[in-house]
Amino acid sequence: MSDGEIIGSYIVPVHPHTYLVPEQNPGWANLRAAFDEAALRIKNSEADLLIIYSTTWPSIIGHQIQADPNPEWVMVDDDFHDLGSIPYSFNIDAEFADAWNKANHERGLKSRTINYYGFPIDVGSVVALKLLNPDNAIPAVIVSSNVYANRSETSVLAKACLDVVRSTGRKAIAITAMSLSNRMFTENIEPEEDKIHSLKDDEWNNKILELMGMGRLEDVGQLSRTIQKQIRVQKVVAFKPMWWLSAMNDNRNDLTGEVLAYEPIHGAGAAVIHLDPTSCGTGDKEYDEDDVEYFHGDRSVLDSNDSELSSIDDAVEMTEEEIVAEENGPELWEPTTADGSVNTDSAPKPVGAYPHARRVGDLLYLSGVGPRQAGTNSIPGGPIHDENDEPLDYDIKAQTHAVIDNITRILEEAGSSLDQVIDVTIFLVDMKRDFQGYNEVWAETLGKIGPARTTLAIRALPTPIAVEMKVIAQLSE
Amino acid sequence: MAKGRIVAGCIAPHPPHLVYAENPDQNEPTSEGGWEQLRWGYERLRESLSKIEYDVIVILSPHWQTYVGTHFLGLENFQSLSVDPVFPNLFRYHYDLNIDVELAKQIHDKAEKSGLTVKMMENPDFRVDYGTITTGHLFNPKWDKPLVVISSNRSTDYYSAEVMQEMMIELGRITRETIEESGKKAIILASNSLSHRHFTTESDIPEDMSKEHITSHAMHLWDMRIIDYIRSGQTQRILNEMPEFIEQAIAESDGGGLSWLISALDTPEYPAILHGYGTIIGTGNAVVEWPCYKHEEDSQ
Repeated sequence: MSDGEIIGSYIVPVHPHTYLVPEQNPGWANLRAAFDEAALRIKNSEADLLIIYSTTWPSIIGHQIQADPNPEWVMVDDDFHDLGSIPYSFNIDAEFADAWNKANHERGLKSRTINYYGFPIDVGSVVALKLLNPDNAIPAVIVSSNVYANRSETSVLAKACLDVVRSTGRKAIAITAMSLSNRMFTENIEPEEDKIHSLKDDEWNNKILELMGMGRLEDVGQLSRTIQKQIRVQKVVAFKPMWWLSAMNDNRNDLTGEVLAYEPIHGAGAAVIHLDPTSCGTGDKEYDEDDVEYFHGDRSVLDSNDSELSSIDDAVEMTEEEIVAEENGPELWEPTTADGSVNTDSAPKPVGAYPHARRVGDLLYLSGVGPRQAGTNSIPGGPIHDENDEPLDYDIKAQTHAVIDNITRILEEAGSSLDQVIDVTIFLVDMKRDFQGYNEVWAETLGKIGPARTTLAIRALPTPIAVEMKVIAQLSE
Repeated sequence: MAKGRIVAGCIAPHPPHLVYAENPDQNEPTSEGGWEQLRWGYERLRESLSKIEYDVIVILSPHWQTYVGTHFLGLENFQSLSVDPVFPNLFRYHYDLNIDVELAKQIHDKAEKSGLTVKMMENPDFRVDYGTITTGHLFNPKWDKPLVVISSNRSTDYYSAEVMQEMMIELGRITRETIEESGKKAIILASNSLSHRHFTTESDIPEDMSKEHITSHAMHLWDMRIIDYIRSGQTQRILNEMPEFIEQAIAESDGGGLSWLISALDTPEYPAILHGYGTIIGTGNAVVEWPCYKHEEDSQ
């Protein structure tokens, strides 16, 4: 089976006008035509799965994933109920939903699947699926938008989804159901009076569309907080669907973008946009935020700079690297560089005077490798205790995955690879608690390669981590 | 026709956990109880109002969120299954409720005349929000009184808490005057929590009370401050401090219910009865009654 991949992405508007009454306004008709064009492109693609991130399905307890194989009901919009009703009967890939939920947990996220008769599927998902997949030919999966989630959580949600797309060989389409500017008119208007709520909103929407047309999705993602402040109603934390969609596309800035339509819906900015993964050949990243692999930590509540509460949250976010670097153990050192040393910026800095690895003949001896992340010093799965040595709950699987990722980076820097590992000594600070979880990750990774292995229980490690590995590998010929 | 009046005004929060804990026949999930302090508070509220005659219950629910004005349920009966989109594991409730369309339309028309944006909801496929169902069940489990259900206009999000208050104080005044003109006796309910910072995780057993507490000391202080005003008849101070309360306690009164309630009660200066206080997944919830009927009797 070939690796799965995202073969296309779409951004589509959420309000029901395009489905129920497109004929009432030329702009709504234009959006409907763009929906139809997108549906045709999807139908003619190899897509075997539609993945929807909907901003009109808020959640509180982590993220929720629809897992009812055939949800049926009649949807009526809270605001635009006078436009009519939308009966639906969808084809949901419950197996994928379950696998995504499991992958979320492995990356430190809270999530759960939803499979209840009568669960109210949100307007954004209903409109998207009714128009993009009218005959239900392609199974779909829908995920909620957590009201407290910030960038790291939203990005990791996408990465967990990608884990499953790739491991199951899917050819998937990623879809965000969302408005651009989401400020609607707060009064009833006639259809012919519709326009973007303000010139400022229109200017920002066009800025976003210009970047999208250039395939610069990650740039839009990194402008998310600014966009939120400029043209979004402040209830939700951020313009987060762009974080999700960008992570679903490996945070790329060189996609092939096409804006199929941009129109107002009751004042909000509504666009149908197609992003093809084919590189347009230009558009490198101009700046990069920290790229998080595992989620750890609590969520912010509100992101406004205006409130005392929010400024505390912002401080947590803005200074996370510094705080984590200070809290997660002793002072960091630059790796030593004696002959045969192998060092890489993509592995965490040592806590003493030693290199990441040392080459001797055809063998590579790695220093003990833990899960700390290069750059931030953060610990996927969370530290095992706080600065006062009070124990914390942590995820041994996430830590073990992170250790193996760090080992891989060091090996690759030396010209070796994970499948050339021949001997591993593992140190666990809590054998009773962690052996099973660590052992499961081992079985999925190094266990498939088959190096010799020794697992030891020890009292402590220099940093607040639960697992460290000492590796010997062969060098590539 | 005799002049109508509001006989009581209540804060009646709607976390679905309270219905889940009670195990009524209408709700599919079952529990081992939980949140008794608040459920006993609702019991005391029901007992307190059991001897009062009234014709209609008017609810403003923050979970029917409308961005284009304020909406009113406009059909005589709604029957369906309400599944909470956030806690579907706890709340899947089969409801059958009646609406006092006449009174709803009268409030709607008067609000429209005063310049508020309003709309009647007359789509028979519409599902009533779970906040209305939860409050409706906890307040009157027999469902033997008609309701007027008012949506929560999200003007706090669109503009500010100050703009929300201007609109809700106006809607409260209109609600009071319309009830008086209707000749009906009404109980009005603001279906909202106080501080509203949730836990972001849920216990394996949702009703495990060993895990329940307020999310932070700051939230507790705000709740107690507001309750102190409620118990000492200082509702104008609640209105005055509402923007800070909403911002700092992430209060669910951002949906307008509490401001509307206080205005509809004509900013009462007499003490309300606190029937119960408790936390639900970290949020602060109070069951409160302003016994207007008693206050009027005392004043005569």
